[in-house]
Amino acid sequence: MLVVEKNNLSYEIERMIKEYGNDRQSLLQILQAIQKKYKHISDFAQQEIARLMNIHPVEVYSVISFYSFLSTEPKGRNIVRLCKTIACDMAGKDAVEIAVKRELGISFGETTNDQRISLEYTNCLGMCNEGPAMLINEKVYTHLDPEMAVNILNEIK
Amino acid sequence: METTLKTSKKRTGPVLFSNYQQADGIKKAIELGRENILLELKNSGLKGRGGAGFSTATKWMLSAAANAEKKFIVCNADEGEPGTFKDRVLLLEYPELVFDGMVIAGFTIGAKTGIVYLRGEYEYMLPSLEGFLNNMKEENLLGKNILEKEGFDFDINIRLGSGAYVCGEETALIESLEGYRGEPRNRPPFPVNTGYLGYPTIVNNVETLASIPHIIYKGGEWFKKNGTDKSKGSKLFSVSGDCRKPGVYELQWGTKINELLDIVEAKNCKAVQVGGASGVCLPKSQFNRSLAYEDAVTGGSIIIFDESRNMLKILKNFMEFFVEESCGQCTPCRVGNTKLLEGVENIEKGEYTFSYINKLKELGKTMQAASKCGLGQSSPNSFISILDNFKEEIFYSNRKGIKNVKA
Repeated sequence: MLVVEKNNLSYEIERMIKEYGNDRQSLLQILQAIQKKYKHISDFAQQEIARLMNIHPVEVYSVISFYSFLSTEPKGRNIVRLCKTIACDMAGKDAVEIAVKRELGISFGETTNDQRISLEYTNCLGMCNEGPAMLINEKVYTHLDPEMAVNILNEIK
Repeated sequence: METTLKTSKKRTGPVLFSNYQQADGIKKAIELGRENILLELKNSGLKGRGGAGFSTATKWMLSAAANAEKKFIVCNADEGEPGTFKDRVLLLEYPELVFDGMVIAGFTIGAKTGIVYLRGEYEYMLPSLEGFLNNMKEENLLGKNILEKEGFDFDINIRLGSGAYVCGEETALIESLEGYRGEPRNRPPFPVNTGYLGYPTIVNNVETLASIPHIIYKGGEWFKKNGTDKSKGSKLFSVSGDCRKPGVYELQWGTKINELLDIVEAKNCKAVQVGGASGVCLPKSQFNRSLAYEDAVTGGSIIIFDESRNMLKILKNFMEFFVEESCGQCTPCRVGNTKLLEGVENIEKGEYTFSYINKLKELGKTMQAASKCGLGQSSPNSFISILDNFKEEIFYSNRKGIKNVKA
């Protein structure tokens, strides 16, 4: 990482800590904000958060590793999460899954080479009556069929 | 397509979907005063709607009695049980009920802060919910001296989860709010005494809180007329799976499974999963059971399977879910769920003996007794009930490596 980038990241973390407070109960919110902006929480970011919040870096890492929406490895600009729980599964998740994998040329758990999309599975999205469903970042899409899902993915930047 | 978040269709139902004007409950609460609110609530017999079914009045009384400089109201909107989506409907279409319920709770126990713990998957609701809260502030339903009542201060903020099913467990939820891993705590002490940041905290399900304004405004007696002797009121059921009309239905407690199947127009139904992945799977012969705390209890999830479904595949889906979502803190749940999933995979391959299956069921019972929180205590339910109730399909039919025992 370039020194300039490091400085920017530190500055951003400082700003977030000012906004949310440096109490322990703000940690998850800060991590969520960093994840959203930088698509992952790097080792350097973890150390900076720990330093500014006066906790051990391992504490920060332990929280990140617990939550499935937080990651220490870089993700694509858009995270697509396909629901694989029973109701969506019964409504035709498999067909959507195959079409999406084929179209993007990657498997679930991977990111496209141009960093445009990361594919992931997720558990129940609470859209069981409207499956199959997926989240793209925080937006939810329902009643998917394979063609529709692929068209939606091709439109995102 | 991106989902339209609101339906224009007006819902109807006996309690939650009956008429209610925002703030009516809060006005009545101020009129009644603390003791009378608690009496009204006790009289109503309301029990927690998240699935566990603890008496709401008792929870409130314990935290009202606690002596502390700060208290908190937490709305548990970490709806993660497979097949449950009633809270989504309440938050999007009836936010006034949920928030009025929180304000009344704050008034009753003397809390100044309410927190909605919204699951990360529902982040798309944030703009509409925050807009709604701002309106309430403008109308003096939140903030200082609510409705000109001296000293009645209450504010609500929303905090997001980050994709962890176990955070629906109340002590795990509190850990998560405090910025830790969402691992359940030992209970006791209960959150009503030692909750968020160590202060007395009420953690109530979205649906429980949404019932409060109705009960306060219309009275415990009115509420009690609905339901059965042991299960008062009505219940929201989230119905999904093989039926023509999936969706959220408000029905009386005590409704028979058969009746519900008729309402949602389910045909050729083989099995009904009551209570989501952590609930039990009932075969046709038990469809005359009623949905109530005293019989087949559910936090609202009803998943319907028709004749074409492979029950072993369904069970595998459930067990994979639990292996992923177990927080890993206690051994019965962490190792037990892995072993049960392994068992399902072995059955799939035809590599099993019946004594092995019986050992697995025993392990399930050990997990029910020894796990630290509700996740591990309830995850063997579907394993045991599917293997018991559908053994003809799973064990007696022609599967690879198994002799056909029954044609």
